[in-house]
Amino acid sequence: MWIAYKTIVVKEILRFSRIWVQTIFPPIITTSLYLLIFGGLMGERIGAMQGVDYLHFIIPGIILMTVIQNAYANTVSSFFLAKFNHSIEELLISPVSYWVILLGYVSGGVARGFAVGFGVFIAVSFFVELQIYSIGIVLITFLLTAVLFSLAGFINAIFAQSFDDISIVPTFILMPMIYLGGMFYSVDILPEFWQMLSKFNPIYYMVDSFRMGFLGNATTDFLVSITVLTSMIIMLALLAFYLLKKGINVKT
Amino acid sequence: MPAALLISNLTKTYANNISALSKVNLRVEQGDFFALLGSNGAGKTTMIGIICALLNKTSGSISVLGLEQSTNLNQVKRMIGLMPQEFNFNLFEPIEEILINQAGYYGIDRHLAKSRAEILLKRVELWDRRLDIAKSLSGGMKRRLMLARALIHQPKILILDEPSAGVDVEIRHSMWAFLTELNEQGMTIILTTHYLEEAELLCRHIAILDKGQVIEQSSMKDLLAKVAKQVLILESVEPLPSVLPAVDFAIEKLDNHSIQVVLDGMSISQALSELSLKGIEIEHVKSTQNRLETLFLHLTSKQK
Repeated sequence: MWIAYKTIVVKEILRFSRIWVQTIFPPIITTSLYLLIFGGLMGERIGAMQGVDYLHFIIPGIILMTVIQNAYANTVSSFFLAKFNHSIEELLISPVSYWVILLGYVSGGVARGFAVGFGVFIAVSFFVELQIYSIGIVLITFLLTAVLFSLAGFINAIFAQSFDDISIVPTFILMPMIYLGGMFYSVDILPEFWQMLSKFNPIYYMVDSFRMGFLGNATTDFLVSITVLTSMIIMLALLAFYLLKKGINVKT
Repeated sequence: MPAALLISNLTKTYANNISALSKVNLRVEQGDFFALLGSNGAGKTTMIGIICALLNKTSGSISVLGLEQSTNLNQVKRMIGLMPQEFNFNLFEPIEEILINQAGYYGIDRHLAKSRAEILLKRVELWDRRLDIAKSLSGGMKRRLMLARALIHQPKILILDEPSAGVDVEIRHSMWAFLTELNEQGMTIILTTHYLEEAELLCRHIAILDKGQVIEQSSMKDLLAKVAKQVLILESVEPLPSVLPAVDFAIEKLDNHSIQVVLDGMSISQALSELSLKGIEIEHVKSTQNRLETLFLHLTSKQK
């Protein structure tokens, strides 16, 4: 089991590392531009938010956005391509349990999320003096976020029948959720109805906790956030396992 | 001794109500070299897919070396090596990595996998290309890569779904030699092929599938014996007489050294003896037809 798991994870890491020009480098550049424009240039006019200047306020959200997008992109593209070129059969004919397959792909997504997130962190630290309130909270939130979106990407890949299907969800669901999850603003400034609605968006809890890890203040209790995220991970993991075991769009 | 593969009442109906297999029964003994023949769409690949857990069956049971597949799936998977019909590897992965990863899925550590990969890649003449990505290989090389990959976990049963499709004559012969060697070492081999001479040359037992049903299963020898009529070309040692002697079979002179004979129920040795008695010594015998092909066409056309 361990060898099989390690094989999938190493294969996944090698896969995105070989094409680092497509997978790791562009998000670092894009994110640095976001920070330069939204944080550096426009941020001065926006002023403070949640008690800190706007540039420091948006850094955690922007790092987390790259983690979400890359964890998701890694599993969705890798598993869909494995289906598309039938290399998934290498795993299906082997005595690898479905849990190991799922865990392997999710770990690959987490690894890419970490590689890109850490890359952005390093890039940002050249321009801004970063403070970290609690490294534990930062790491726990990163891990839960990356696992959750790796699972979501995996489920998307199971259902996807074409390359269009793997871009529809990130474009029409993921991006609005990211932008409406308090990445660029504090949910506190919204009217009460929109504040309440934001609490149905899991990204709100991720951003809030991640920001707490950096800045030390949050709008929701950290325990509530990790409970919400853990519950969602359990639900998505069970769903992904069920779909894989049933062979939905994988076996006929 | 349990059968290498025992299939009972295997049925597969796809979601669109297409019946691919209907109550198929099949027995393959341990150590056998078994041919599974059938025209396109007969159900061969579906059957292989179900045996290897790539497809879900509708009903029936499969037992591999005495183990029921549905209740011992992982043990069964360890015993089977599959070389599929379609290329099913990541084209952008290096060749050696493909083998090492496959070994990893079977729980074989990287060090052992590397040494096995070296032996197999040398055997299939791909060792020099081990660092290249699979995309750069020719069709025949890709087939050999899939053969090496199917053997990396040292299975007891090797299933080959049209292994020599698109492979040139020289490589096909070296692949046959390798498969014969594996079979002689005790590996059970199940082969589907469109090259009927390949099945006739390599396999000891045969089953013919047609429209999802087994219409014939026997030893190759018994099956070929059913083809009574043989057309042969015989080449004589000495120049032939201008008028051929009367014999008990149809005979026709082709040129100064060759005759065509049609044997209906008579063995080749009987025919050669008779010709020898009439003063014609034969040094070469060539068959003008593939007997298995004749029989295959006869059996499948009977079903229509």
